[in-house]
Amino acid sequence: MNAPIRRLSAVVALLFATLLVASTWIQVVQAKELQERPDNRRTLLATYARERGQILVDGAPVAKSVPSNDELKWLRTYPEARRYPHVTGYYSFVYGPGGGLELTENGLLSGQSDKLFYRRVSDMLTGHTPAGASLELTINPKAQEAADKALGNQRGAVVAIDPKTGAILAMVSNPDYDPSSLTSHDTKKVVAAWNKLNADPARPLVNRAIAGNLYPPGSTFKIVTAAAALSSGRFTEESVIPGPAVLDLPDTTADLPNSNRQACGPDNKTTLKHALEISCNTAFGWLGMNLGAESFRAQAAKFGIGDSLQVPMRVTPSSVPAELNRPQLAQSAIGQYDVRVTPLQVAMISSAVANNGIVMKPYLVKSVLSSDLDTIEEASPSQMSQAVDAEQANALTRMMEAVVKSGSGQAAQISGVSVAGKTGTAQHAVGKAPHAWFTGFAPADDPKVAVAVVVEDGGNAGNEAAGGLVAAPIAKAVMEAVIGR
Amino acid sequence: MTTVSSLPPRKGRNVELTLLLLAVGIVVLAYLNVGLATQGSFPPGLLAHGTGLLVISLAFHLLLRWRASYADPLLLPIVTLLNGLGLVMIHRLDIAKGNSVSEGLALKQLTWSALAVAIAGAVLFFLRDHRALRRYTFTAAAVGFGLLILPLVPGLGRQVYGSRIWIGLGPFSFQPGEIAKIVLAVFFAGYLVQTRDVLSLAGRKILGFTLPRARDLGPILLAWAASLGVLVFEKDLGSSLLFFGLFVAMLYVATERRSWIAIGLVLFSGGAYLAYLLFGHVQQRVLLWLDTFSPQALAVSDQLARGLMGMANGGLMGTGLGRGRPDLTYFAESDFIIPSFGEELGLYGLFALFMLYLLLVERGMRTALGVRDGFGKLLAAGLSFSVALQCFVVVGGVTRVIPLTGLTMPFLSYGGSSLLANWSLVALLLRISDHARRPLPEVDEAGPAPAEATEVVKVR
Repeated sequence: MNAPIRRLSAVVALLFATLLVASTWIQVVQAKELQERPDNRRTLLATYARERGQILVDGAPVAKSVPSNDELKWLRTYPEARRYPHVTGYYSFVYGPGGGLELTENGLLSGQSDKLFYRRVSDMLTGHTPAGASLELTINPKAQEAADKALGNQRGAVVAIDPKTGAILAMVSNPDYDPSSLTSHDTKKVVAAWNKLNADPARPLVNRAIAGNLYPPGSTFKIVTAAAALSSGRFTEESVIPGPAVLDLPDTTADLPNSNRQACGPDNKTTLKHALEISCNTAFGWLGMNLGAESFRAQAAKFGIGDSLQVPMRVTPSSVPAELNRPQLAQSAIGQYDVRVTPLQVAMISSAVANNGIVMKPYLVKSVLSSDLDTIEEASPSQMSQAVDAEQANALTRMMEAVVKSGSGQAAQISGVSVAGKTGTAQHAVGKAPHAWFTGFAPADDPKVAVAVVVEDGGNAGNEAAGGLVAAPIAKAVMEAVIGR
Repeated sequence: MTTVSSLPPRKGRNVELTLLLLAVGIVVLAYLNVGLATQGSFPPGLLAHGTGLLVISLAFHLLLRWRASYADPLLLPIVTLLNGLGLVMIHRLDIAKGNSVSEGLALKQLTWSALAVAIAGAVLFFLRDHRALRRYTFTAAAVGFGLLILPLVPGLGRQVYGSRIWIGLGPFSFQPGEIAKIVLAVFFAGYLVQTRDVLSLAGRKILGFTLPRARDLGPILLAWAASLGVLVFEKDLGSSLLFFGLFVAMLYVATERRSWIAIGLVLFSGGAYLAYLLFGHVQQRVLLWLDTFSPQALAVSDQLARGLMGMANGGLMGTGLGRGRPDLTYFAESDFIIPSFGEELGLYGLFALFMLYLLLVERGMRTALGVRDGFGKLLAAGLSFSVALQCFVVVGGVTRVIPLTGLTMPFLSYGGSSLLANWSLVALLLRISDHARRPLPEVDEAGPAPAEATEVVKVR
């Protein structure tokens, strides 16, 4: 019987070899995939077990984890409640991270990013309790506060950026929410809050500054048309162009009127500069058709329209329709028809004008700090594109200064500081009040802040609204906060 | 019996003592590790648990010196180490669940260990010669099959997570299959040693296989029917595979004919496939096995998924004892104790555990090779193989080699019946190995040996 016993021993060895292979398969080959499964409670609990990094604005936390006495060990809190919800997002035990930096920078905040590998190893060797990295933001708390307060309860968004670097100084979207309501450890409360936020038709979870349904830019887009005109070399700011009360559109019965139904100058003519100053629709409609769809779209693209951006949250690309006939081109040249933009994109247009025509890549995270506040990584400003040359940028600046000095944007004037800007009043649906827009920068001679404001449906002013009346004062407040007036 | 191997007459008791102290030392270190990782302090129960384990195993060691001085010196240290590591993991899960030492499962397991060792000691003390068991061949058959069907008795059997392999008596619950495993091995050994000549010699040769006669197929068909009955009525593939596999393996060892293995495999896979087609609960098990992470499977149970995630969390090195979250898996201290070890000790730790089991089984096989009587050979091989097969069924279940079953890992898992049965099993192996390694008494060359002495070797 010894021969079969020997063979049986071999069978036993084979059985165990199978088990070795199977457990190797799970613990080595499949391990990463299994750990990254969204329903893996261990991974979730592990991220809670270590202190999540803070999100800091000017050194003060706007998102931080505090010790809690339950199983999760750490509770995520947002000390500024409703001031930064669309910047920070939320870190919910039930729904995971979402809504902002909590999602896009989860790897750094939780400490699991590969960028932190060496730090993790040294933590392990020195017996440090590992903690996530903290983020210092580019946000200027005064600008954020000014934007939040000035927008008040009106729906809309405000974005401010530093034109020279692309650093985002303020990002406000209304309506907002308190992210703490989603990070409580009381599952029932979190689910109730989540359902309520998602059922709200005003969609408070959406960051209108960079995402959402996008807005028609209205007359703020005339900056792009004016830039295209200057870039073509056939026009200067003093060029005389047609500016009748009503522009007859070819191939259609519709026409394009000025909002006050009056001509923009004597003999139905005006200069380019004056046309921007008073936001003359007919002049820019004519200009658009004269320049042609190709050069119009090319100029828009140079300002960054159509680009995918991460700031690091994903920005919905703004768009100019691919096919434009002549009437549609005239409409698009004044920011109507199917042109769609994010407030961030509009701020980037002003910022390019302010920065000698150079578009800087916008960013929100200034530096990444370790748990003991050593800098791990620092953002370096980078150039995206050259939208216009410096001379054309100067011309556009002079034209936009005129808008604020004596044109439609006078509500944005700051005493002692020259402000450049452009108003907009965007029709978006029949029977609804237009969106009020303002974009601009200050000081015009040494720009420190570029801003874009949109107030949905004219805000509290309703149908009476025009960008100059509703949006310009908000932009003024933000610019004042940045330049310290 | 083809050859009689002669082993050098070394008792190896001192080797055993050294290894035993090493095993207890490892367990104490692991215990200390848990205490430091979970509470950051010297664990207060360390002395009690460590001393408990030391006393139990030393007592058994002394009994071996006295009653079975030639027994295999590796078996006891291996089993002590496994039992001790199981205790540590159960204690670690007690901490995770917030149970104190006095109300925790670890203390109960320690009590069961003491009882199991006492019973194993009794087996070793009273059973001087394993061949005495041969007299009870058919008693063993009756008891074995009786134990097998016990969970089906209404009012007595309990269904735990789909499998009906438990019985409940008041506050106690028991897996009779664990005991049945040993009793049936005794029966198979006794029966096969009688009938092996018929089963191995008669038959025709077809395609290189010597096929048995139709009338000799009776026993294997009976075992097959019984195992299918376990699969269908007790809803446990593991037990079914264990009993049938044990029978086929012993049949093969007894007859040296590979055709039995082929017949057995065909019968079992055919039967299992038929059960899959006919019974919903079998289909559910198969779904959980093949498509663990599908929504349909997760809706039934996420136990296996959680176990796998735990193992993945452990990776190569493991989180370290007390630093993982094995408590997130249900039954982490019994059916899923292997994923618990995989998580905290990593793949390396798991390999070490598997090697301990492999060593245990192969020492048993070595005993089967060495022992001189057919019954002892069959019994030792059968008992050893049953441990190997049980490990395969349990670990294979949690690592998705085969569908998950409700069996427990010998010595590691929490559970009194499992400890009692497996310690007794090791006691039997120790007894047989004592015979295998004990030198033959000197034969008086001057005169002819008495006839009886060649029949039965009377030792001590």
